[in-house]
Amino acid sequence: MEDKASYWQDNLRLIFICLAIWFVVSFGFGLLLVEPLNEFRLGGYKLGFWFAQQGSIYTFVGLIFWYTKKMNDLDKKYNVEDA
Amino acid sequence: MDELRLYTWIAVGGTFALYFFIAWWARAGSTSDFYAAGGGVTPLQNGMAIGADWMSAASFISMAGLIAFLGYGGSVFLMGWTGGYVLLAMCLAPYMRKHGKFTVPEFIGDRYYSRTARIVAIVCLIIASMTYIIGQMKGVGVAFSRFLEVDYDHGLYIGMGVVFVYSVLGGMKGITYTQIAQYCVLIMAYTIPAIFISLQLTGNPIPQLGLGSTLADGSGVYLLDKLDMVVTDLGFKEYTTGVLGNSVNMFAYTLSLMIGTAGLPHVIMRFFTVPSVKAARSSAGYALVFIALLYTVAPAVGAMARLNLMNTIEPVAGQNLEYAERPQWFKDWEKTGLLKFEDKNGDGKVQYVADADTNEMVKVDRDIMVLANPAIANLPNWVIALVAAGGLAAALSTAAGLLLAISSSISHDLMKGILTPDMSEKNELLTGRIVMTLSILLSGYLGLNPPGFAAGTVALAFGLAASSIFPALMMGIFSKTMNSKAAIWGMCSGIGATLLYVFQHKGIMFVKGTEFLGDMDPNWFMGISPEAFGAVGALINFTVAFVILKLSAPAPQEIQDLVTNFRTPHGEVAAAHDH
Repeated sequence: MEDKASYWQDNLRLIFICLAIWFVVSFGFGLLLVEPLNEFRLGGYKLGFWFAQQGSIYTFVGLIFWYTKKMNDLDKKYNVEDA
Repeated sequence: MDELRLYTWIAVGGTFALYFFIAWWARAGSTSDFYAAGGGVTPLQNGMAIGADWMSAASFISMAGLIAFLGYGGSVFLMGWTGGYVLLAMCLAPYMRKHGKFTVPEFIGDRYYSRTARIVAIVCLIIASMTYIIGQMKGVGVAFSRFLEVDYDHGLYIGMGVVFVYSVLGGMKGITYTQIAQYCVLIMAYTIPAIFISLQLTGNPIPQLGLGSTLADGSGVYLLDKLDMVVTDLGFKEYTTGVLGNSVNMFAYTLSLMIGTAGLPHVIMRFFTVPSVKAARSSAGYALVFIALLYTVAPAVGAMARLNLMNTIEPVAGQNLEYAERPQWFKDWEKTGLLKFEDKNGDGKVQYVADADTNEMVKVDRDIMVLANPAIANLPNWVIALVAAGGLAAALSTAAGLLLAISSSISHDLMKGILTPDMSEKNELLTGRIVMTLSILLSGYLGLNPPGFAAGTVALAFGLAASSIFPALMMGIFSKTMNSKAAIWGMCSGIGATLLYVFQHKGIMFVKGTEFLGDMDPNWFMGISPEAFGAVGALINFTVAFVILKLSAPAPQEIQDLVTNFRTPHGEVAAAHDH
């Protein structure tokens, strides 16, 4: 029981970190901070525009795989893996 | 028969023969096969199927066209329709898979220990899915009529027949394998023309990089800078900075699409078909990889199509296209009425500017951009034929997935779960197929008589899912004490507020003339468009639920134990997965 509670706490912490990044790259860089970021360039892309149309999507993909890997480790650590 | 028509018949006919073969080969034998493919689909396969299921006619045909004309404002679709998978992978899919049921209303019914909650979820699901599917059927009709050169009505009948054969006979197992094939077709159809066009314009074959490169004409100017210059010269909003409405609207729009993605039942259902909790997490990751392949190419397709269109009309500044010398694709699309020219100043040349008084391209339908794009760029005919097959694959795969969600919620949740619990498996399967057939007929009928529907309909469906199902699921998983009364009132007020806002601006049941407040920005709450209101609806849902929870008793202990159970992958599943 104790174990299950701290497994869930660890999971929540991980979700919180991921969703913070999720929010920053899309709503942060892509929408709220787009104007200051557009002062910088990435090749022909304005940086804010790049985050809105490319960067945020790449980050989303990376986040899910990172979370999956971390959770698989957690499952092992707490010995709660499914079949 | 000319070459293009021959290639189109080969591409469309060949891919359809493949889909039918797969549907027959993988036909469903049991309810478990029918709803959840027997639980035996690998994460990679499932990811691909989710990708096809997810990317509808709206993604394939409309989205790049919207981006082409909205520029930066179109980012809401790119972020909104991908960001939801992060929420799915972390906040919903693993726990719902662990709980081990077939449908979303079933999960809500169990978690909130209430038949009423299950019925409310069924109603929300049907409203959101039907709104979505009508747009798809219309897409199927348009695509068939355009490529088989029959009128729209016949195109729609053919489409209904095709959807009937493989979704009604195949069930989830057939649909899953067919969708894998459809994903391959649609992604090739989308990326191959993009690669050609990117090469032509920038010399870089990767469209994502080409969009950030310099033009291949030797000028050394970046493609996006050139595009900004061309459109602002003609009085349009700057491509890379023009916003959609205002920033509050863009924020709400993006959020609404994201949480709507995570609340749409036909997507969530997919995560019941994987063998384990681990696989549910990675399925979401693979799905997003496959979706991102199209979504990161789309901005390049949009920008390059816009630039090509502008260059065709005005190859050199001040030297406009002679109307008499317009290219073949221009004439073809004029016939459909989706592209219209009116020589206002009588000089025989085409002027395309932002000012409505002098603009002579009086109609450039955004939905034609992806389909017309290969022809505008003078690509070979086989590429154009491939795009036809891809558009059909996208529309059909999504329609099939939605039909399955609707039929399972009626036959499994409403009939078997509530009205006639002692129904046999065979009869349940039969009911599922009858409901599917009726849904095809109803959506076909509404597709023939579209009540003022547009591409925005799809966005409305997301708002409805975002304001009802998503909050109920989140609270059910992350709050142990959330009780049935609070969840039911939350769902009702969330979807109620969203429907009210949509109806007051778009007409009751979208019928024109019944809207009691006009469909324009001055009447919008904080400038938020009806398509973006789902985020506000979700906020209302959460608020109402937590206020009622404070005023009533927490969920009983056995429900709290149930939540503890599905939060961990290990251990007993609440009910056997295979009936």
